[in-house]
Amino acid sequence: MTVKSIKDYVGVSRDRVENFNGKQLVYVSWDHHLLFASPFLLCLPPETPFAAMVSGPLTALVQPDPDAAAVDWRTVEWLKDNAPFTPDFSRSLAANGIGHKDQIRFRTPGLNALLNAA
Amino acid sequence: MDMKATKKKLGMKERYRALTRDLGWEPSYQDKDAIFPYASYEGIKVHDWDKWEDPFRLTMDAYWKYQAEKERKFYAIIDAHAQNNGHLNITDARYLSALKIFLQAISPGEYAAHKGFARAGREFPGVGTQVACQMQAIDELRHAQTQIHAMSNYNRYYDGFHAFADARDRIWYTSVARSFFDDAMSAGPFEFMIAIGFSFEYVLTNLLFVPFMSGAAYNGDMATVTFGFSAQSDEARHMTLGLECIKFMLEQDPDNLPIVQAWIDKWFWRGFRVLGLVSTMMDYMLPKRVMSWREAWDIYGVENGGALFKDLARYGIRPPKGWDDAEKAIDHMSHQFMLGLYQWSFGTSFHSWIPSDEDMDWLSAKYPDTFDKYYRPRWAHIRKLKAAGTPFKNYGLARLCQCCQLPSVFTEPDDPTLTCHRETVYKGEKYQFCSDGCMDIFNNEPEKYIQSWLPMPALFSELGGDVGAWMNWVSLRDGVDNGDYDGSTDQQHFNEWRGLATSNL
Ligand SMILES: [Fe+2]
Ligand SMILES: [Fe+2]
Ligand SMILES: [Zn+2]
Repeated sequence: MTVKSIKDYVGVSRDRVENFNGKQLVYVSWDHHLLFASPFLLCLPPETPFAAMVSGPLTALVQPDPDAAAVDWRTVEWLKDNAPFTPDFSRSLAANGIGHKDQIRFRTPGLNALLNAA
Repeated sequence: MDMKATKKKLGMKERYRALTRDLGWEPSYQDKDAIFPYASYEGIKVHDWDKWEDPFRLTMDAYWKYQAEKERKFYAIIDAHAQNNGHLNITDARYLSALKIFLQAISPGEYAAHKGFARAGREFPGVGTQVACQMQAIDELRHAQTQIHAMSNYNRYYDGFHAFADARDRIWYTSVARSFFDDAMSAGPFEFMIAIGFSFEYVLTNLLFVPFMSGAAYNGDMATVTFGFSAQSDEARHMTLGLECIKFMLEQDPDNLPIVQAWIDKWFWRGFRVLGLVSTMMDYMLPKRVMSWREAWDIYGVENGGALFKDLARYGIRPPKGWDDAEKAIDHMSHQFMLGLYQWSFGTSFHSWIPSDEDMDWLSAKYPDTFDKYYRPRWAHIRKLKAAGTPFKNYGLARLCQCCQLPSVFTEPDDPTLTCHRETVYKGEKYQFCSDGCMDIFNNEPEKYIQSWLPMPALFSELGGDVGAWMNWVSLRDGVDNGDYDGSTDQQHFNEWRGLATSNL
């Protein structure tokens, strides 16, 4: 049962990709780095190369974290759909299989200045 | 023409009968199901509406009399408060952030509850229930009005109060409360009663109002305290109605139990997410704090809630499914949420600030297992960034939960260092959640929640990501209503006016 109703009831998803003017949402989160209170919400064209997403918005957004300078993007561990994932930096989000509202995570073992500070 | 004098006044019991039960009738030329089309589709079976007990036996004539008296007292004090510059008696203008959030997120909930009870009063077939719902509808309308009036005096002097209705509809941190009420109002009448009458009024209201009203008293806000007193006797009636309703459903038919239990599971979790806002008020926003969120939870959640569910166990009801996850979150949620409110404060119609050393010492005393370990280092770093002239603003915005609509600031129940990631695919589209509780609610009724209007995605789908246009649209004045309290006009004005009132300079 998808909803209790008195007659047939069909909902329309409000945030479907057509509503984003040719772009899509991508969520990106840095594991164990909770200075950033929530996964970032990015709105990018699906043709954006993975490398451009990383060197552009992502690099800028993580700057306030004391570990940011030590991140080597080529060696971080990536996850998509909460499972290990190997992105091709030269290819687009779409070609990497990153769809609308997908969650990308990355891990940087050994880096966590704000967790050990106490 | 002579009128025969009536013999005697009616006794209490007869008057109650005459003014409630006797108002109903058996329809003769319309089918009952046609008159009450929403009474059965939720699956709740009722065999005898007359078994509905109204423990208050309040009749409409007496109701009007009591309420008029309360209104008279309330407005006398509110007028005096305005005339005597009552706003200068608060501890500090930081206190007003709690009020602003309340006005933007919670007062509109009173209005929504009014609409919901008016509808439930029409949709329930039983007369006792209809009358009780009608009174509560009027109560809730009165609460919305008196809260807005109580706080309107602050609007003359401070920022962030002026557009609470736009904030309610459009801003992001209020949508947890708005969606709670929208969800309830778009459910059937029985579910509405569990959502608002039981979960909100009975299980959560103490956690919302008691700390908030005591917070007002501790911080010298007479206007809000007066509202609290004026609403208190109504709330007692509302709690009783909520409890009566759940017992009525459970006693009418054993088939009702699983339906009611599922609603309790759902509405406990939805209410718990609304309380996230309250936890930040208690731990961070009151200059003079009443008790910590953890202490409030221990008293009103664990003790009172525990006793309630023990009482309901005889009907086969067990504590809500999310209860254990809630307990695990208590020592973390206010910190996680407040860190979010601060880093996105360019988008809030209230001020936030970095806790002082004294505040942080209080927090580590109240949260000995969590604050110093996880949260003090983050605040300390944020303070360092501010001192370096690069105050922390997170323009990365946030992933919102498809169900509770809050930013996903909450962590895995068993790992406070890792954001809780939950997702599901429905009809080929992906949906993200803040917790198992929220994902379960979605999975039970996906057709409903795929329609959620989420404020942050809407910034991109409707306004092309233009933050300035968004600020105009939510009536937020950049550099005035938002940002750090330190350096704000609220801070400047309050200190200046209070100085004038308490010194000869
Ligand atoms: Fe109310
Ligand atoms: Fe109420
Ligand atoms: Zn949620």
